[in-house]
Amino acid sequence: MAMQTDAQRAFAEAGNPVPIGMLCELTHRCPLQCPYCSNPIELERKNEELDTSVWTRVLHEAAELGVLQVHLSGGEPAARRDLEQIVAACYDAGLYSNLITAGVNISRERLAALVDAGLDHVQLSFQGATEATTALVSHMPSAHSRKLAFAHEVAQFGLPLTLNAVIHRANIEQIDDFIELAITLGARRIEIAHAQYYGWALANRAALMPSREQTMRAVDKVERAREKYHGRLVIDSVVPDYHARYPKACMQGWGRQTLNVTPAGKVLPCHAAETIPGLEFWNVAEHSLVDIWKKSPAFTAYRGTSWMPERCHGCDRREIDWGGCRCQALALTGDAAETDPVCVHSPWHDEVKQIAEEESVHLIDMEQQAFRYRRPGG
Amino acid sequence: MSDQTPSRVPALSRGVRMREDKARGGWVLLAPERVFKLDDIGRAVLEYTDGVRSEAEIIDLLAARYSADRAQIASDVAQFFDGLSQRRVLEFH
Ligand code: SF4
Ligand code: SF4
Repeated sequence: MAMQTDAQRAFAEAGNPVPIGMLCELTHRCPLQCPYCSNPIELERKNEELDTSVWTRVLHEAAELGVLQVHLSGGEPAARRDLEQIVAACYDAGLYSNLITAGVNISRERLAALVDAGLDHVQLSFQGATEATTALVSHMPSAHSRKLAFAHEVAQFGLPLTLNAVIHRANIEQIDDFIELAITLGARRIEIAHAQYYGWALANRAALMPSREQTMRAVDKVERAREKYHGRLVIDSVVPDYHARYPKACMQGWGRQTLNVTPAGKVLPCHAAETIPGLEFWNVAEHSLVDIWKKSPAFTAYRGTSWMPERCHGCDRREIDWGGCRCQALALTGDAAETDPVCVHSPWHDEVKQIAEEESVHLIDMEQQAFRYRRPGG
Repeated sequence: MSDQTPSRVPALSRGVRMREDKARGGWVLLAPERVFKLDDIGRAVLEYTDGVRSEAEIIDLLAARYSADRAQIASDVAQFFDGLSQRRVLEFH
């Protein structure tokens, strides 16, 4: 069968990859409404969500396949009542469990139960470094104080904590404050993640995109903080793409290291893959995870190098950045199989730079109205 | 490195653990959002790292196990521990 040969060839080209990490979107429900949320515009509903027993099976299959770390995410994973059981299933399967939470709805008792179940690590998002900014971005007035209280409880239980801040124009001047906050809360690590523009963030790009100067300043501040807190706080920074020369190796290459399972059980090569039309995703309800990883059409589509346009295929960086991000290529060129337009070799490169500059100059005034908050039904 | 250094007692930080990586072969250290691949020596060092033994005791055990030069081992081990500590996956008690 032709399909089969393609899948095998792509798999071999990618180096017979074994996945390391799996992102489990346990639910799309979330009490917050961040305008850059990475969930799809079409949110999956509660009645479509996988049940505990299917998640348990998937986690064991993942461990078998070679996955080492599981990121329990959402939406807000704590919106599920069986989160404790899912954490316990990770523990049983020998998987490292990382809870990615907004930290506004987990009581002390619940946290204690999660710790008992074997939770390894907590990643807590902060939408702003101040109460006002967090409220503005998350659209929940009490969010900041709830997050602070939760962070203290995490510390009391001795769980390692990472702070995550998605950076955009409304909070880009708070880089130093985010880092101070991480120190105050006893976090070992902080992620400064500049917004990636697809899905909700693309819909809000004009309101979110910072100027080049702001971005450069932010990068600089991160560098200085790294020196200052060397050995105390690990600072990981996802550098904004639009201003770069070469694209990032998105997901370390399509279908090479990670899988993403949606609340309803679709398995995606990356969390934004559903923005690409025409991809066929397989569901864990119908296929084993190993088959999905090795053979499903969505994983095969941009795996390896055969799918690449000549520009990338003949380029010596092709196994360094694997042609960049497919979702970004689609969002900016209209074709998911194009070279990531961030690349200097892309004919769209100048246009992308221009978008980055124009959108950030035109809408300097950040108004609450400028956000299209994520909500079910868009 | 001061002369005091070997008396420090290294321990993996909470939420960091070592396990076998059957699918890829070898052993790894699992930490928040990070996976460190361990070579045989790294694994041996961490097997002795139990939060009770001092660095000096660990060095003795390794020197005996590999019948190697103690000074060389001492410097490698210190470097290894310092590296992990800077990455916030190991602490000294
Ligand atoms: S980005 Fe905001 S809205 Fe989206 S899941 Fe996270 S906390 Fe909820
Ligand atoms: S042409 Fe393609 S492979 Fe070469 S640097 Fe640009 S995106 Fe990467």
